[in-house]
Amino acid sequence: MTTLTTPISESVVRALKVGEEVLITGTVFTGRDAVHKYLYDGGALPAGVSFQNGILYHCGPVIIKDEAGNWKCVAAGPTTSIREEPYQGRVIRDFGLRGVIGKGGMGEKTVAACREHGCVYLHAVGGAAQVLAACVQRVPNVYFMEEFGAPEAIWEFQVASFPAVVTIDAHGHSLHQEVLAASQAALAKYL
Amino acid sequence: MNALEDSLLELIRRTSAEIPDDVHQALLASLAREQQGTIAASAMQIIQRNVALAKNKSQPICQDTGSILFYVDCPRGLDQLDFARAARAAVKRATQKGYLRQNSVDPITGKNDGTNVGPGSPALHFDQHAAPETRVRLILKGGGCENVGAQYALPHEKLKANRDLDGCRRVILDAVLQAQGKGCGPGVLGVCIGGDRATGYEFSKRQLLRKLGEANPNPALDKLERDVVETANKLGIGPMGFGGRTTLLGARIGVLNRLPASYFVSISYMCWAFRRQGVTLDPNGGIAGWLY
Ligand code: SF4
Repeated sequence: MTTLTTPISESVVRALKVGEEVLITGTVFTGRDAVHKYLYDGGALPAGVSFQNGILYHCGPVIIKDEAGNWKCVAAGPTTSIREEPYQGRVIRDFGLRGVIGKGGMGEKTVAACREHGCVYLHAVGGAAQVLAACVQRVPNVYFMEEFGAPEAIWEFQVASFPAVVTIDAHGHSLHQEVLAASQAALAKYL
Repeated sequence: MNALEDSLLELIRRTSAEIPDDVHQALLASLAREQQGTIAASAMQIIQRNVALAKNKSQPICQDTGSILFYVDCPRGLDQLDFARAARAAVKRATQKGYLRQNSVDPITGKNDGTNVGPGSPALHFDQHAAPETRVRLILKGGGCENVGAQYALPHEKLKANRDLDGCRRVILDAVLQAQGKGCGPGVLGVCIGGDRATGYEFSKRQLLRKLGEANPNPALDKLERDVVETANKLGIGPMGFGGRTTLLGARIGVLNRLPASYFVSISYMCWAFRRQGVTLDPNGGIAGWLY
């Protein structure tokens, strides 16, 4: 099991291979549909947020305020990533991302951007909202809450040992494409 | 606030936080089947931990608490309008308490009023039955798995699917292939052979009310169910599409008559976070027993 600690260097990312399990520790920012569209259209990140050598998480978490007035993450599973396919490549390039966490995989544009700019796609277990929320130790900040609403806002998470699997690496390999091709060939035998 | 509303609130809480026993058994069996040390086995372990954690904390298993589908078997004389009012009130309260996410959006305005109550939500299906008690079953079905559902019109030339059971098998397996891991597999298929476009999908969802592991009373369908699961599990798609031995936890297939001109096979995919529960109610609306 490889531990990824943010900030992540390009060489660390380039060493990762499809099928490798990782545990992520450090800062992770959430972003989903509204954030991707906004950044793709040339929007700037708010002060205090940098994706450089960082990780973006496709997630619309459920967050509450505890008695002490701190944000607390109660559910934080990944959302389907393929919706961001039109935008992801440019966001990786323009903002220097080293990792994107989500579920369901992404398409060829993202595979190409990962190869070109040194980034990986990290597949979290879809639906595992409780296990993954338990890895979020602190929620120091939220950005774009007014503009985009809670599920679409950029939440800053401090995570520890957040489990994921590299399913698109920085060398043009995609586990999703491999499994699709292999399962297609297998099915042909059983029809 | 009355006993019926409280019972429905408790039904929602338990459905959202606890996997029914039959599904849990299927998940445990698939964990045992995956090869130790693979990413498929890791995914199944995380799923197990998540199931346990959600139950202990009484928190939603998955943050997408899904479409809210009530199936109500009513005795003679049950007031369905009263029942529907209680169900909507219970859904609102469940949303305030966080058993359900604010999950219901107007498609035109994009507005989510945060109550989960609106046109089509919750969905209420009433059927009268001859028994004296009211039986309420609830399914919460997430969007990710709903998106990979499919409906095929047979014959289907590309898939070489004719209007027979082999044709049905071909399109069902095609749906599994297309879904890959995208619907948070390992999943369960609800399938309807026949019907029209609307009744077919509706009946395919209703199949998910049948417990896993229970044989289909129709021997031909029972055989098809087993065959589909066995074959799907040889495709190597695996949990989350990571590769592995469990692609499906089960398949439940039902049949409706069709018109001579049409032959639909409708497939609903349910993710591993298969939330289904049910209660029988006493005459005052209290919970008399749990069904799953
Ligand atoms: S498909 Fe199921 S497990 Fe996956 S995110 Fe949706 S509701 Fe949750």
